[in-house]
Amino acid sequence: MTDTAASQPLLSVSGLRTVFETRAGSVFAVDGVDVNVRRGECLGVVGESGSGKSVTFSSVMGLIKPPGRIAAGEIIFDGRDLRALSPAEMRMVRGGEIAMTLQDALTALNPALTVGAQIAEMIEAHDPGLPRSEPARRRAIRTRAVEMLGLVGIPSPDERLRQYPHEFSGGMRQRIMIAIALASRPRLLIADEPTTALDVTIQAQVLELITELRTELGMSVVLITHDLGVVAEHCDRVMVMYAGQVVEEGPTAEVIADPRHPYTKGLLGSIPRIELRGQKIQPIEGQVPELIDLPPQCRFYSRCALAGADCLKPIEMRRVGPDRQARCIRTRKEVGA
Amino acid sequence: MSTADGDAPLLSVEGLSKTYVSRPGFVARMAGTPDTRVQAVSDVSLQIGRGEILGLIGESGCGKSTLGRTILRLHEPTTGRVTFDGTDVTALDPAAMKAMRRRMQIIFQDPYASLNPRRTVGDIIGLPLRLHRLATSEAELRDRVTEIVERVGLKARAVDLYPHQFSGGQRQRIGIARALVSHPEFIVCDEPVSALDVSIQAQIVQLLLDLKRDMGLTYLFISHDISVIGYMADRVAVMYLGEIVEQGPVERVLSDPRHPYTQSLMSAVPEVHPQGPHKRGRVRLTGDLPSPLNPPSGCKFHTRCPLAIDACRKVTPATEGVGPGHSAACHRLSERLSLLDPDDAPAAP
Repeated sequence: MTDTAASQPLLSVSGLRTVFETRAGSVFAVDGVDVNVRRGECLGVVGESGSGKSVTFSSVMGLIKPPGRIAAGEIIFDGRDLRALSPAEMRMVRGGEIAMTLQDALTALNPALTVGAQIAEMIEAHDPGLPRSEPARRRAIRTRAVEMLGLVGIPSPDERLRQYPHEFSGGMRQRIMIAIALASRPRLLIADEPTTALDVTIQAQVLELITELRTELGMSVVLITHDLGVVAEHCDRVMVMYAGQVVEEGPTAEVIADPRHPYTKGLLGSIPRIELRGQKIQPIEGQVPELIDLPPQCRFYSRCALAGADCLKPIEMRRVGPDRQARCIRTRKEVGA
Repeated sequence: MSTADGDAPLLSVEGLSKTYVSRPGFVARMAGTPDTRVQAVSDVSLQIGRGEILGLIGESGCGKSTLGRTILRLHEPTTGRVTFDGTDVTALDPAAMKAMRRRMQIIFQDPYASLNPRRTVGDIIGLPLRLHRLATSEAELRDRVTEIVERVGLKARAVDLYPHQFSGGQRQRIGIARALVSHPEFIVCDEPVSALDVSIQAQIVQLLLDLKRDMGLTYLFISHDISVIGYMADRVAVMYLGEIVEQGPVERVLSDPRHPYTQSLMSAVPEVHPQGPHKRGRVRLTGDLPSPLNPPSGCKFHTRCPLAIDACRKVTPATEGVGPGHSAACHRLSERLSLLDPDDAPAAP
């Protein structure tokens, strides 16, 4: 990789550890996570509940509140160390250059404000190019808000600006949240389970919208999901998380065709498909370990069919292909690091 | 296995409808505001053979859960008839219905909300045995509860614990044990795996299939997930706004879906292996599910259907047979139109 800015990842997280202090002990929700989001790409982040995927990106957004804290790690966004920013500076990045949409649009939107007011707030906070004079400023904000609602495919945006979140359907609310996130023209959109609460026909519409907007606006997207199908159809690269760690990373097509971590393999094998009728699907037995006082060993050890005595030590990520890594010592065909 | 072989079906539903009526407040009523009616299930007919799994698929709000609950008379049907093993369930008096419930059970979607947090697992699972007086002594009750707890893959000591001490997947196993402890014949599985993580979902799907085989069960399996239905079910019924729009053997319906809604539903499912055999063109439906308060005229799908013609807006299409055990309700069936254009298909693997 050369040193020119364009070839540097847009977001680079290394060694991130996010801890929640509880009465039962310290929970290492994110424990040594590295993430690279390249310019213009869509990175899929897959994992089950409790894998640390949302906490990782809440940490990037500076949204971890006590009893949680970031214990270690570096978060570099476009050459700037986000952890070194003052709260005021971070506020400009958050929702400005990096925007995030949340899973549940109904609770994420303010029920007491019109949709138009919520978009306007975002434009006002993050657009320095607005006219100075008040009437012109208001007109400019309104025009942008209408434009944003139109961009996410809401019919008659002019009238719908005056409506409240409860007057919209689930799919429309998710679009509104995307419109709010995009109002600041972010360079990175973090979409946390954007379609989990939606029906498949609506989910397809929202995901296609995100993909179209990514190309149109040239932004990078992080798509957090538990659905490998969504990743397969929409993401260039995928990162699989398990119990607070990244266990596998690489180009989506390669990871799906030839998973190198037993957990990824297990996840893929767990998906029921019509072609598998009459055959047994292979569920991953057992469940995700508690993240308190974890022994220093492979975290998948208790559920892994390949586990052996040499897995009872901390396992590092290792290169398993030109652009691929996996956290498993049993993985085949290791490539020199 | 299927109903086609001449055996009487275990469960038969004929013309079942459920309408919810909500009365406006006193003042509004005096001002002449009429009652609001929502027809959640309209004129549904289906049959389930003994030992069969009928998958019921549809999006949220289409009435699939209401249909499942109305079949069990957890909601009273507005019109129509449900016959279970030769008995007209809709005509039973409360005492007879209670006895019938031993044979017809339900597993709920939300493993967090469907278990009483103040009762031990043993109490929760033992309740059906007590209600139906199926155990002659406390010792027998405990034995039967322990047996079913172990059968669903939990440890025997689980009976003394409370629901909050279990994960989502384990709670769903408790819900399954509660449904099975009275040795029912028919189970409505209402989205039993939708709230679970993928790896846990596979465990529960496998468990339900094993239990069905070992205990000779019959399922109405309600889901919004076409992959789960495709994997588990023998036949499938597709529901849209309270109506069954297509019904038939799973292999036939998923390989040759005839209703445009089934076609768009299948094309919308994101697939891990996009070269899968039933992945052809991509249909993009526009718009949202219409409000059931004010359903569209004619074919209820016409507001979102790319193939809609004038007749679709005016006339409700009748259900027609399109193959062995396969039927659909669409005005344009005879034209054999497909939204899943085979020309766009990737080469067969």
